[in-house]
Amino acid sequence: MTVSLSGSEVAQKIAERFPQAIAEAGDEAILVKSESLFEVAEYLRSNPELDFNYLNHISAVDYYDYFEVVYLFTSLNHNHSLVLKTRCYNRENPSVPSVVRLWQAADYQEREIFDLMGISFEGHPNLKRIALWEGFEGHPLRRDYL
Amino acid sequence: MVQEAKEITIQTEPFVLNIGPVHPSTHGVFRMRTTLDGEVIVDLEPVFGYLHRGVEKLAEERTYTGVIPLTDRLDYLASMTNNLAYVIAVEKLAGIAVPERAEYIRVILAELQRIANHLIAVGAFLNDCGAYFTPFLYMFREREKIVDLFEMLSGQRLLYNYMRIGGFNQDIPEEFLPAVRRFLRQMPRFINEYERLLKENEILLARAKGVGILPGEMAINTGASGPVLRGSGVKWDIRKADPYSIYDRFDFDIPTGTVGDCYDRYRVRMEEMKQSLRIIEQAVRQIPSGPVKTELPYLIRPPKGEAYGRIEAPKGELGFYLVSDGSIAPYRCHIRATSLLNLTAIREMVIGWKLQDLIIIFGSIDITMGEVDR
Amino acid sequence: MTIANPLINLVRYGQPLPPDWPGGFWWHWLVFTIIIIVFVLLLVMGYIWIERRGMGWMQARRGPNRTGPLGLLQPVADALKVLMKEDLVPASADKIVHFLAPIIAFIPVLLVFAVVPFQNGALLADLNVGILYVVAISSVSTVGIFMAGWGSNSKYPLLGAMREVAAVVSYEIPLVLAVVSVVLLTGSLSMNDIVLAQDIPFILLQPLGFLIFFIAGCAEINRSPFDLMEADSELTAGFHTEYSGMKFALFYLAEYGEALVMAAIISTLFLSGWRGPVLPPWLWFVIKVIIVFFVMVWTRTTFPRVRIDQLMALAWKFLLPLALINLIITGIEVLAWPEGWQWVMIPVNIVIMGVLILLWSRLSKLGWGRVEV
Repeated sequence: MTVSLSGSEVAQKIAERFPQAIAEAGDEAILVKSESLFEVAEYLRSNPELDFNYLNHISAVDYYDYFEVVYLFTSLNHNHSLVLKTRCYNRENPSVPSVVRLWQAADYQEREIFDLMGISFEGHPNLKRIALWEGFEGHPLRRDYL
Repeated sequence: MVQEAKEITIQTEPFVLNIGPVHPSTHGVFRMRTTLDGEVIVDLEPVFGYLHRGVEKLAEERTYTGVIPLTDRLDYLASMTNNLAYVIAVEKLAGIAVPERAEYIRVILAELQRIANHLIAVGAFLNDCGAYFTPFLYMFREREKIVDLFEMLSGQRLLYNYMRIGGFNQDIPEEFLPAVRRFLRQMPRFINEYERLLKENEILLARAKGVGILPGEMAINTGASGPVLRGSGVKWDIRKADPYSIYDRFDFDIPTGTVGDCYDRYRVRMEEMKQSLRIIEQAVRQIPSGPVKTELPYLIRPPKGEAYGRIEAPKGELGFYLVSDGSIAPYRCHIRATSLLNLTAIREMVIGWKLQDLIIIFGSIDITMGEVDR
Repeated sequence: MTIANPLINLVRYGQPLPPDWPGGFWWHWLVFTIIIIVFVLLLVMGYIWIERRGMGWMQARRGPNRTGPLGLLQPVADALKVLMKEDLVPASADKIVHFLAPIIAFIPVLLVFAVVPFQNGALLADLNVGILYVVAISSVSTVGIFMAGWGSNSKYPLLGAMREVAAVVSYEIPLVLAVVSVVLLTGSLSMNDIVLAQDIPFILLQPLGFLIFFIAGCAEINRSPFDLMEADSELTAGFHTEYSGMKFALFYLAEYGEALVMAAIISTLFLSGWRGPVLPPWLWFVIKVIIVFFVMVWTRTTFPRVRIDQLMALAWKFLLPLALINLIITGIEVLAWPEGWQWVMIPVNIVIMGVLILLWSRLSKLGWGRVEV
């Protein structure tokens, strides 16, 4: 069974390295501040006990006050998984660091989130619209579109 | 002398060939802008979005049961497993338990769907190799039998819309299990026929062995799953690693490739078909009697929260990330699309090979555009 | 000492060739031209029917069965459909080249039949360089195909045409060498003499030559497993993508016509042409031509396609050395074998063929792998 790691345990490990990064650590997920997302992700990937080498998916949810970007990592060797979340409170120009350099799986998924939700990812080499055509106005998956 | 000779050679320059959305061999509407130098591919840029229907946005306006027909149309060649992934995600979110008989029936249907999908995948792969429809039609002959079984249940041949939250709507008809047993008796003979004709075929070996290698590390990094990941040597199958439904009661193996070329992916699919027959046999023997649906309100309102439910669909890991706010419709339904992530590595797999190899490599990944674009 | 049958000379001088026609030479020419045109058109239609129904039968389905009884009028329906289509010419195409290409691709098909014997002495012209004429004229259709690819001014046809030229030029050489081995056995280049010399059909005396000729012939006429020039699943339709209407009909006709030509040459050179026990000779010829084509349909349905560099490697690294070795061995046998023991050569040749093919397939590696970009 893939063990879903408890957020609080991993949060302790992360807090040793990056004391400012954790905003909240629940049972199911860890909430990270968006500036330190890249360092935390890198630590999660390179730490041999955690060893999260597989990025399952990146989703974005539009709660009206903020956008929440959800990452699910799995370690194929240890068979455990972890949910990482980050929020951006800026409604006009939301922006989150990109993890494409760590996991190439993020490539198309981040482009899709940019296309449909409008969250731009800093550091992504090719941030263009992927599902809609160039020149489309607006971001359809937001709750206030139509 | 040699220097002068080298300077007299003809100037060449690479040209851009657009293997366009409408093409006989791209599986669906998919566009690749390839830069070719003669016949060798120098660069590749995939462009998709031609089949984007906004399924995730539509799901926010329908009830939880009303989203099930939308999920059919994701990977339209393997509808049962799409339904199963969504239904498992909702049950995880709402904490609903499913009766035993329904679980067994789900396993039988999912494995039948896996066989049907792999039949098309291998047939289309060989069609791209150039075997002019012969293996494709032979495999369709067997797929017709599976589709007849599904038609007996749901009345549909392609988009079944059959699974429901908490089980099924009605019990299976009496003719179904004897028909499945008949199918199980006939199928191994046909799989042996395909093996005999194709496994050691010289031309297939020359075209597919060593072509389009995806190393194991890169497969993990780009998020590949399913036969693509297992063909590259990584032994990761959600049915064994994170068993859902009742898969931990069955005894089956996970075929893995070694190198990660097109031939390995083809072999993995053929072996998976045999393993699926094993699972169906055990399920048909062990299936109990009893109810097939749980008592649920007409419009279910899962409690506030979120859940990620995933299954091992024929093409890879298909998952649904559902967020609920207590109302009758999902607040957010995000689909973790198998084919989109399998497609991420295509540029690295293809560069340096020729145009004909591009078609084969693309066919061996087994993409359905309904999943990529949603 | 040749193995050529001494009866040839008796037959040759016992009956005058060509036969004595009232009105002389021009009537002979007119009758045979009509015979050739009717023969080619009828058999091409028969070929289309055999291919569609044969392929359907091998693919666990029926072929066409609505147009006429057993689908026999399907080729007629195809011809009518194609004739009624609009003739589109791309705006930026080279008009003259685009127009002339199908004509140049089709005409050599008819021209080759001038030297193919339908019966003893029944040919349009008994050239004493018959087989050389065949080899030369059948290469002209390649020019037509390249003109089609070039004149269409579009990338897919150009790719198809480039592949075509490369493949045809490479496969000419093993083809001609296989023919030369047959000529060594006969002692004459005339097609009629080749048939008359086959007391034992040359397929038995020259199994390796037959295989080389068959493979090289399939590659020349773009039939599977070498049909990358018009690969449906890759290049849409290859060199004839931009053609429609009557011009496409000519390409379609030319494709099956070339298959007919290759089948006719194979049955003349290797299967002893019109010779056979009970039936009239021209009927034997038609039967053999149909059997050879059926084998071509069989290979088309069964095998996947090879890649372009594997195709070239097959010609240059595999068929060419085998053809040369075959030529040397045939030469040795012609010189050294005693008269009257020809049938012993059959098992010897078959063994040599088996050994050579096994040896060569171990030694040669077909095609490159990945290219560094």
